[in-house]
Amino acid sequence: MTTTEDRPAVTAQKSRGARFTGWAGNYLDERTSISGLTKEVGRKIFPDHWSFMLGEVALYSFIVILLSGTFLTFFFQASMVEVVYQGSYVPLKGIEMSAAMASTLDLSFDIRGGLLMRQVHHWAALLFVASIGLHMLRIYFTGAYRKPREINWLIGFVLFILAMAEGFTGYSLPDDLLSGNGLRIIDGMVKGIPVIGTWISYLLFGGEFPGTDIVGRLYVLHILILPAILVAAIGVHMLLLIINKHTQFAGPGRTNDNVVGVPIMPVFAAKAGGFFFIIFGVIMLIASLFQINPVWTYGPYDPSPVSAGTQPDWYIGFADGALRLMPPGLELEIFGATLSLNIMIPLLILPIFLALVAFYPFIEAWITGDKREHHIADRPRNAPTRTAIGAAGVTFYAVLWAAASSDLLATHFRLSIEGVIHSCQVLLIIGPIIAYFVTKRICLGLQKKDREIALHGFESGRIVRLPGGEYIEVHEQLDEYERWKLVSFEEYQPLTVLPDAQGRISLNQRVRSAASNWFFEDRISPVTSKQIESSRDDH
Amino acid sequence: MNKGTPRSMAMKPARQNRTQRSAGRRHPLATAALIVVGLLATGGTYALFTTSATAETSAAAEATIEDGGKLFAANCATCHGLNLQGTKQGPTLIGVGAASVDFQVGTGRMPLAATGPQAEKKPVQFTEEQVSALAEFVASKAPGPAIPSAEYLTGEGDASEGAELFRINCAMCHNVAGAGGALTEGKYAPPLAGIAPNHVYDAMLTGPQSMPVFNDDNITPEQKANVITYLKYLDETPSVGGFGLGNLGPVSEGLFIWIFGLGGIVAITIWLTARSN
Repeated sequence: MTTTEDRPAVTAQKSRGARFTGWAGNYLDERTSISGLTKEVGRKIFPDHWSFMLGEVALYSFIVILLSGTFLTFFFQASMVEVVYQGSYVPLKGIEMSAAMASTLDLSFDIRGGLLMRQVHHWAALLFVASIGLHMLRIYFTGAYRKPREINWLIGFVLFILAMAEGFTGYSLPDDLLSGNGLRIIDGMVKGIPVIGTWISYLLFGGEFPGTDIVGRLYVLHILILPAILVAAIGVHMLLLIINKHTQFAGPGRTNDNVVGVPIMPVFAAKAGGFFFIIFGVIMLIASLFQINPVWTYGPYDPSPVSAGTQPDWYIGFADGALRLMPPGLELEIFGATLSLNIMIPLLILPIFLALVAFYPFIEAWITGDKREHHIADRPRNAPTRTAIGAAGVTFYAVLWAAASSDLLATHFRLSIEGVIHSCQVLLIIGPIIAYFVTKRICLGLQKKDREIALHGFESGRIVRLPGGEYIEVHEQLDEYERWKLVSFEEYQPLTVLPDAQGRISLNQRVRSAASNWFFEDRISPVTSKQIESSRDDH
Repeated sequence: MNKGTPRSMAMKPARQNRTQRSAGRRHPLATAALIVVGLLATGGTYALFTTSATAETSAAAEATIEDGGKLFAANCATCHGLNLQGTKQGPTLIGVGAASVDFQVGTGRMPLAATGPQAEKKPVQFTEEQVSALAEFVASKAPGPAIPSAEYLTGEGDASEGAELFRINCAMCHNVAGAGGALTEGKYAPPLAGIAPNHVYDAMLTGPQSMPVFNDDNITPEQKANVITYLKYLDETPSVGGFGLGNLGPVSEGLFIWIFGLGGIVAITIWLTARSN
């Protein structure tokens, strides 16, 4: 930024505005030493790639959630006191309901802008969790969680869980039929825990379900504790992002030791600010055009009715699906007490699945034995086993997710619900296995193709007859920049079993070596410069 | 639900404006005399007309029953038997009543389009007269639930009570917004948007296919009228929050945010980071 040299006239005669900004900046700096921070943070470089903006989407939708949520707290009453609804919605007039439900209806029908804010809040919440999910997938498939970013992956995972908890508590607040049904399922799951389940349920609900406490308690969680932890965790997440610097994709001039992109001040900040308004605009557009969670059709909660097509919001769907896929009647009776395996198994499988997601960076680091820092993001094809594991995980999640809407799949595709459930049960087991092998083969195939192109170039389709009578097809060589992208990735070798100082081979070593073999046995080596040199002579 | 045309939500209660009785200077007995004359005249004419009317209707009814019988023999008897006794292909129709015929034939479910998990709706095969002829024929063979009287079908009852009854009795299969839902073995509860009030009433009264019977002791005719009022309200009220996404709840909302919300945003990010060549 050496623009000052070109315009000496401007610096000589500063306008009043410039003098004022100068004075104000100086005033602030002398009192806060903020220039140090600005120098440190403002010069941070951000690389440019569309997939690097997904985390920003999550951040900005969270800001929209905070703004719209604040509006809602002005009018929502988190109380389960019975009132008789007398608002404008005719089919609920004169019906007894909780103050929470009545105030939600008032927000929807009688408070100016209330319905829009409710819809903004809910749509932004769905977008928040969805963008976190996509952001996590991007991090996973590019290997951006490797050292030094494992801790930040873990914090991001905590954010994902917190976002789901925020979503679920929010979904339960209006005390309408849908939210009450959701809570009833949670209550049932809690009660399925042996011995302590019933106690926990009574503790949560302040007595027999549904009681008169739960909305107030969820409200405190929803607007106070969870957001406070969320904001703090987001702060740490961003701080670590700045400390660790952003990853970048391989390219000319980009190495493991630099970051190529634009600085925060002013380019990235301006872009990000604009992007915030784009996200805000998209959410407003959706919220003003598309209805979400019409609590008035669901009516107030009453433990007896359950509507057809009762589902949780999408991010809890995988848990609902896990319950739906359990074979019925999977129960044991021990000493006169029923052991509900059909609830305990999902209650075990889901945390195991989530724990695998949370600790994956550490598991992979142990298998590969790689202790180097990585600042270049992998192309998914260049880590076939990791990509295949990811695809298997996505398939597992997707089947659970689809199972949560088994009834709608049945009605909308004219299938029988038993058929849908049984197919999902089978797919849940074999789907991830198929996805694993297919993805791995596709990755290896793509790597082979890349290697071929790097070595021999594109087939140009031009056939040339040589003086000797031989026909050849001319291959067009890549330029240096394009080739760089194809060849710059690291090659790993399976770990070999090594005896320790006493000459013994520990079990840990054996397992690790087996895992490493499985991880790296199928691989395509990157093209070396020697190979490129020698391939030149062929054409 | 969002098909309805926007109309005023307010329902006008039937008002009976009593005109003020003018305090006349007539003889005190004049009013009484007038009432007597009026009563005699009305009663007399009524008696006269009703007797003749009955005679006419019964003649007409016999004619319709005969028509209905012919239609039945031609279109229904193969499966239900000539004397409604039922065959291996179809159940007996003895005692199903006119309401059942009005529903099954009037919505096009009968004659059956194809065997399957449940009878599907198809374009109605008969005219209204033919449907009522069939209904009267079936009703003439054995007593059963009759076609509901028009007073319950106006849709001017208590929507609030109707909505509550709907949530408790109907929503578990038909969905709170009447969007329909899945049942076992490929059967399903159909969506309830735009269903004629008499068919809604018939269905509650006779319990077609998988549906339970809601007889008049269970849900009184007035309460059925209230349910019809609520369904009419749903039909006529546009969805207030914008497009309803099929009223399917969180599933369609989730699909929407992933495909159009996040999909659109990803498109924007690609556009923002695209290099101008």
